[in-house]
Amino acid sequence: MSTTLNSKIAKQFCLKCLAILCFLIGLSIWSFVYLGLNPFRFFSNYSESSIAPFFARFFPPDLSSTFLLKIGSGILETLSISAIATLLASIISLGLALPNAGKFGPYGKSITRFLCNFLRSVPELVWATIMVLAVGLGPFAGTLALTLHTAGVLGRLFGETLENYPEKNTIALVNIGSGKVAAFIYGTLPGIFPQLLSYSLYRWEMNIRMATILGFVGAGGLGQMLFYELSLLREPKALSIIIAMLFLVILIDALSNKLRLTQRHSMG
Amino acid sequence: MSGNSYISDPARNHRLGFIVVALVVLWPMLELAQFKPWLLLRPENIEVLGNFLIQFFPPNIDIDFLKIVLHATIETLAIATAGTTLAILIAVPLGLIISHSLSISRIGPGSNYLLSKFIRLVARFLMLFLRGIPEIVWALLLVRVFGLGPTAGVLAIGITYGGMLSKVYSEILESANTLPARALLVSGSGRLTAFLYGLLPGTAQELASYTVYRWECAIRASVVAGFVGAGGLGQLMDQSMKMLNGGEASTILVVFFILVLLADYVSLLIRKQLG
Repeated sequence: MSTTLNSKIAKQFCLKCLAILCFLIGLSIWSFVYLGLNPFRFFSNYSESSIAPFFARFFPPDLSSTFLLKIGSGILETLSISAIATLLASIISLGLALPNAGKFGPYGKSITRFLCNFLRSVPELVWATIMVLAVGLGPFAGTLALTLHTAGVLGRLFGETLENYPEKNTIALVNIGSGKVAAFIYGTLPGIFPQLLSYSLYRWEMNIRMATILGFVGAGGLGQMLFYELSLLREPKALSIIIAMLFLVILIDALSNKLRLTQRHSMG
Repeated sequence: MSGNSYISDPARNHRLGFIVVALVVLWPMLELAQFKPWLLLRPENIEVLGNFLIQFFPPNIDIDFLKIVLHATIETLAIATAGTTLAILIAVPLGLIISHSLSISRIGPGSNYLLSKFIRLVARFLMLFLRGIPEIVWALLLVRVFGLGPTAGVLAIGITYGGMLSKVYSEILESANTLPARALLVSGSGRLTAFLYGLLPGTAQELASYTVYRWECAIRASVVAGFVGAGGLGQLMDQSMKMLNGGEASTILVVFFILVLLADYVSLLIRKQLG
């Protein structure tokens, strides 16, 4: 009995998966053909003529102390952009979460839901381009761009958290005569706060990564430095900045992994 | 704490201290980020932005322009697909090397114990390097080698996503039921055989569905990479935004939304079929 059941499942799965696999392989071959790329040829075509000399110009990286200091301030700027943007976005999202969870009626809910979806669907780089127009070149444009995008993401996540949180405590507080705001602050907020914090930290991690590249459209941080040095064909300096970016990303990765592990540990 | 102080907030000192520390940390950060909200209210800034945003309505639906957008959209899809294919080609060998569940040296010191440990270390470092540099940086560099156009985008996505996929592949292989593979390895089979017969049957679905999810992300990434000239919709969007052509920008944004929504739907559909 059990053997027949097993063979049936295996047969079904394989037919379907084979069809999808063929479709996906066909799709990827088509895209190489469409772009006129031959993945087995273009490396040998280019490698002699341009790749090696191009990357050779990056070495050795510029490690002079003045430039390292500049990179250090670039890193601090990137971290500040991401931290302030995340903080502002979480404050805004807390305001968006209430209507988003349906606390102000169905209209409020659909309007904020649309707003959040809009904020979050526009990529950060597009927001950054628009914000550079609004406040000029520099880190503030990047901060605003990240704030807008992150507010969309967090507004939705916060709203969902709030929606799923049981209302018992708040109702109990309202019933014994507390005001609505106080009931929210003491009845609901402490319960959802850890979740909100962990969402915000997670977005912060992503924002640090994003803040390093927003500078490509002139929105400050390490990216702007990299774009500038590359435009001036100062490759050794560019390489130092890329190394700094790499270290930043690896560091953030390691830290968040560690934090996540300890959190999981403390929750059992 | 004690019964008679119930009116005041018991955690007041703690909270006040926290706020003070937060302000002290935040102040230099605000300085560094040049946080000047009043810039938003400067009349000349409002004028530039306003003129640009007003042009968003109506979107440019000139038939010639729509043809260009359609071409760019297909190019974006092709870049994402080709990039993901390249990423899989990088990630499968790398993921298999990295994964602990296929490690013979973990079972006990074998003949090439040190060599395999060294290879794993190198592979891990390579993965970190590929993944750690954002795709747009790769695109920016590769555009200088291969010129403006999709080649740089495909390679950039292939490289970064290759690193990402290899990490996730190795993690999926480690979190699955590794006992069959372990049994095969202990009884003397090779790594590849142990993977194909011991691990793949249990993890194929998850591996495939994560790859499809990454393809969906690659579409967004290829638009972003286009901002530094790596072809597709992003390059077109960058051009029209730099020329402050709001009508074109809004058309491209709308197409981008539709593309992302469709990709979301298709990837969900494929993942459901696989599940």
